[in-house]
Amino acid sequence: MKAFMLLGVLVVLPAHAATIAMEDQSQLQPTTAHPPAAPFQPPQESELPDNAYGKLVRQGYALFVDTQRLAPQFVGNGLNCSNCHLDQGRLANSAPLWGAYPMYPAYRKKNDKVNTFAERLQGCFQFSMNGGTPPAADSPEITALSVYAYRLASKAPLGVELPGRGYPDVAQPAKGYDLAQGAQVYKGQCAVCHGAEGQGQKVGDSYVMPPLWGKDSYNWGAGMHRINTAASFIKHNMPLGKGGSLSDQQAWDVAAYVNSHERPQDPRLIEGSVEKTRVKFHANDGVNLYGQTVDGVLIGQGIR
Amino acid sequence: MMSLERMLMGSALLLMLGNAHALEGNKIFTAGGSQPGAMPCVACHGADGLGMAAAGFPRLAGLPAAYTRKQLEDFKRASRSHPVMQPVAKALTDAEIDAVSQALAAMPAPAPTSAQRSEMPSNSAQKLALQGAWERQIPACVSCHGPAGSGVGDAFPPLAGQPAAYLKAQLLAWQGGTRHNDPNDLMGHIAKSLTADEVQSVAEYFAALSPEVKP
Repeated sequence: MKAFMLLGVLVVLPAHAATIAMEDQSQLQPTTAHPPAAPFQPPQESELPDNAYGKLVRQGYALFVDTQRLAPQFVGNGLNCSNCHLDQGRLANSAPLWGAYPMYPAYRKKNDKVNTFAERLQGCFQFSMNGGTPPAADSPEITALSVYAYRLASKAPLGVELPGRGYPDVAQPAKGYDLAQGAQVYKGQCAVCHGAEGQGQKVGDSYVMPPLWGKDSYNWGAGMHRINTAASFIKHNMPLGKGGSLSDQQAWDVAAYVNSHERPQDPRLIEGSVEKTRVKFHANDGVNLYGQTVDGVLIGQGIR
Repeated sequence: MMSLERMLMGSALLLMLGNAHALEGNKIFTAGGSQPGAMPCVACHGADGLGMAAAGFPRLAGLPAAYTRKQLEDFKRASRSHPVMQPVAKALTDAEIDAVSQALAAMPAPAPTSAQRSEMPSNSAQKLALQGAWERQIPACVSCHGPAGSGVGDAFPPLAGQPAAYLKAQLLAWQGGTRHNDPNDLMGHIAKSLTADEVQSVAEYFAALSPEVKP
């Protein structure tokens, strides 16, 4: 473990030019909403075999739900994977692992690149977990998480979009979105858990309810920074246990409100310029406020 | 600019006021409020405020003041009902509610047992507590009440070590609609989705997570 951590330090040292595992973080293809006819059923934990494979699955599960504690060298904020992938990565419409795993390797026409599932996980660490240089593709972390995802995808068809994959798209309302309305939704529906200032809530040193903005939340490169992605996540899954209770308009308003707040800088920042970064990475990536000016303030300056 | 003398006097006054408030709160706890019917907490909740498990009376010591204050106010306006607590709450003045809530929050409380999220559940009650039952939109209890049911902030009270009979009674009260004082029906809709067996077993699960009292 010690040697492993030392290695981590050695790798992190030249972190000024952190390698970007998966530069293009834009959506592969927004999934459309499906009626939840009969979502794919991942296997039960009780069916897990008691052998080396079962052990790896358990390690992946542990990393997935307790990421910050078990992989602190790769997590730069207060989040765990399971904050955005509910029910331990099993829940339909909450970016379930069984929906993601069979879609990789994925080809992106835009940059003519193929991304593997390992690279996808590295992207999660680097952006959603704001973790700096991510674990190597053959690291114990990526291996365990991949095995856990493979396990949940058991018997899923390969390369087929399953209903409930990702956060099925909630189309932008005709009226667009309204930050002031979003603030009201936030106050009434979200603040009880996530705090009046989006700061989340802790027990001891560890977050129970995740911070939605600020230094301990996802960074400006994470998929969740897109208002459309956050709106879809919120519509299907929030408030916790009451998914579907907000209107599309409320989901968009509150997603925009959340994502109008500062968070850690996009690690792909080009020459210190928010504008250059916006043009290259954000201008054609869904609906987002990065690099735009709201009420006279430039959004996307980052926070430490 | 404030002189040192005035500052000292000011702090002494504040200290005295704070003390008076605490004294009043402790007095309500041990001897009751000023009005008839405001029975002392100690009668049912125990000398140390840790509750009486056999009778199903919950621990109050160490609960966040804002939570206790809200519960007393909710008893007053009947969004939470109880044959004993409602008359008691009605007999307390607002100032007394505030004082006793703060006194209770300051009383020594059990330290939460430590729990790791990575622990996989090994029975159905644990599964409900640690993972939930998402096919019925039931999140894990610990996702709001904290790892091992330690309680989170002012809105999500501790479950660990509370008497099973108390926890069960609350779930049944939500099911029956006699308790409906939770923010946005977050708890009510969950309670209504639980089976009788689940209510019993999950109440027993958290009651058994009995933490040690911190001196």
